[in-house]
Amino acid sequence: MLAAFFDNIPLMIMLVGMLVGIASSLVGTFLVLRGSSMLSDAIGHSIVFGIVIVWLLTHQQSGPIQIVGAALTGILTVFLTELLINTQRVKEDAAIGLVFPVLFSIGVLLLNLYARDVHIDTHTVLLGEIGFVWLDTVTLGDFRVPISLLSMGGMTLINGLFVLLFYKELKLATFDAPLAKALGFAPGVLFYALLMLTSSTAVAAFDAVGAVLFVAFVIVPPSTAYLLTNRLWLMFVYGALVSVLSSVSGYYLAVMWDVSIGGMMAVMTGVFLLLAFLVGPHYGLLAQMARRREQRRMNENRTLAVHLYNHESGPEQAVENVTRALREHLHWDAAKARRVVQRSREQGHILQNGEWLYLTPAGRAIAREILEPTQL
Amino acid sequence: MTMLDWLQDYTIQNVVIGAALLGLISGVLGSFAVLRKQSLLGDTLSHAALPGVCIGFIIAGTRNMGSILLGALVSGALAALLMLVLTRNSRLKTDAGLGITLSTFFALGVVLLTYIQGMNNASQGGLDSFLFGQAAATLRSDLWIMGGITVAALGLVALLWKEFKLVSFDPGFAASLGLPVVWLDVLLTVMIALAVVVGLQMVGVVLMAAMVIAPAVAARQWSHRLEGMVTLAAVIGVSGGIFGALLSALSRGLATGPLIILSVSSVVLVSLLFAPERGFVWEAVRLRRSRRRLRYQQVLTTLYQLAAAHADSTYRSGQGMIDTYHGISTQRALHKLHRRGYVVHHAPPPEEPNTAGQWVLTPAGLSEAERILESLGREEL
Repeated sequence: MLAAFFDNIPLMIMLVGMLVGIASSLVGTFLVLRGSSMLSDAIGHSIVFGIVIVWLLTHQQSGPIQIVGAALTGILTVFLTELLINTQRVKEDAAIGLVFPVLFSIGVLLLNLYARDVHIDTHTVLLGEIGFVWLDTVTLGDFRVPISLLSMGGMTLINGLFVLLFYKELKLATFDAPLAKALGFAPGVLFYALLMLTSSTAVAAFDAVGAVLFVAFVIVPPSTAYLLTNRLWLMFVYGALVSVLSSVSGYYLAVMWDVSIGGMMAVMTGVFLLLAFLVGPHYGLLAQMARRREQRRMNENRTLAVHLYNHESGPEQAVENVTRALREHLHWDAAKARRVVQRSREQGHILQNGEWLYLTPAGRAIAREILEPTQL
Repeated sequence: MTMLDWLQDYTIQNVVIGAALLGLISGVLGSFAVLRKQSLLGDTLSHAALPGVCIGFIIAGTRNMGSILLGALVSGALAALLMLVLTRNSRLKTDAGLGITLSTFFALGVVLLTYIQGMNNASQGGLDSFLFGQAAATLRSDLWIMGGITVAALGLVALLWKEFKLVSFDPGFAASLGLPVVWLDVLLTVMIALAVVVGLQMVGVVLMAAMVIAPAVAARQWSHRLEGMVTLAAVIGVSGGIFGALLSALSRGLATGPLIILSVSSVVLVSLLFAPERGFVWEAVRLRRSRRRLRYQQVLTTLYQLAAAHADSTYRSGQGMIDTYHGISTQRALHKLHRRGYVVHHAPPPEEPNTAGQWVLTPAGLSEAERILESLGREEL
């Protein structure tokens, strides 16, 4: 039964995709919230340098040493970037864009020089091939388990534990770094730990999805979640959900069209982001438009109520509180005036008798809420 | 091969000219991007060019440079537009917008690349060279296209110089003058996409980021004026490009793109360290110098105050006491004061023969100490 599970190639591929997504969005959530998303791009590129160096020293292409090496490279990238920023000669974004190409270039040149006949070529590093994860397996008891599944499972576990253990501290450091510092936490150390985990995840994931697609899994699911909720823990749930959905749908679409599986999974994260952007319940574009329209209508109703209230039982009531007056005094055209009057009537703010308009008690309350807000 | 043969080599000529063109356009346009804090736009646009490259290939059915570059330009511009729409209409910040468009467009490019590979079109070869660039495959006809784009972009910069300058430094003021700020923004962005298009063949999508940023950052260290910065960035870009290209031609087998990036980045390093005024080395020297001056002035006033406390202008202060007072060795500062004639040295008194001796202010030292104290007092007021 379990053997069948591990021999099911599509399932293994989708599972690795999901784990890449979940592990990445665990750390990515904090990067997106901090406004440092592009650091994942820098780390994703510069681990090429770390991978090559570790390979030159130990001739190991994967495994724990590579992951530690990548973590150090990630730290090096961030350290160099912050060093540049601290000189105050270079802005943050320029500093990021200066450091990782240099490390990446050195990595590529070292590959050119020393590593012609190895399996690490720059294409694999950049693109990965998730379709082949089932080729590299280890025997665990009676089962042949894909290595990627193990390493991604491990990374997901580590990242999950980190977030769980330091949830409170991470939350505080992300949303209010000065307070975190004042309370004696070390937001800087936490941040570096987070980036170390990001780089480790990148190396564990690069066999499967490569350095650039990794960026999609780090940034896009948390951004999607950010468009859907204000609660931090819900962001993790949504991020994981987007990862799972993207992996499954990406796999089947890729098989259908016979294209890169990892690429399609990353494209699907983008599709879900676009969906959240357009039809998200609160921050979505449509919801925003609906809210704005609702606001506009409410304001029209209020305007009418205030107008009627001002002239109620005054001498000019006969001139002002008739439908005709709305055109001249409020500068509404006939269609708009009819619309507003009808809506106000339906909502029980006014009564209409021929030409004449009267406020109901509810309508009067609305007008007074605006005119005498302090007396309510 | 002699030097002359070498320079007449068709491939090397092409690569060198291409690298020079790339350095020129990315130096000039990168200056504006860096000043507008949009450094990473080049990174995003170059990754986002990949799907355009593929679509250009699919439409033309062959590796036609014109249609490929047009596709790259269009998809780069689309990505920039998407990024603007995302960040303007939602709570996502710029960094997330950049990262999202970069990664999803690139993923789409990867998908299209594999789709093209599935079409079994014989002429697809080398399409993925756009990932890392393949400078050696540059043809003369490619150079004409790259040259045309560069000339057009530079012409536009010259034509709209004043407007671009204003938008880069003070967009609010530009808007109040009635300039179409949004359109100028869009134009500058599209022009970075142009630079990216020129760089695709030379350095590839991954390393384009540095090509946009590095010459501008290096030039910024040497010049306070936009004119100077843009000119210098162009010079640095061109010479870095040529140097990298020649280096890779000399060392057959080393990729051109990374070598170009490394040469331009070394200029950045040198500029950060040694540029006059902003250079880091000079700042360290200045800091050290003023720290020393402070030290010897402090020692001088300490001597003065000791003398004043004892109401004796020829009071002999023991060096050990001055050291204890300042918490560090004041040997250097005292010798400096001695050289300037502000203090004189006396042998240690007979009752403590093993100490470093005693110091007494000279009249010149007295008045110098008074001058320092007075100027300090003025600052306090």
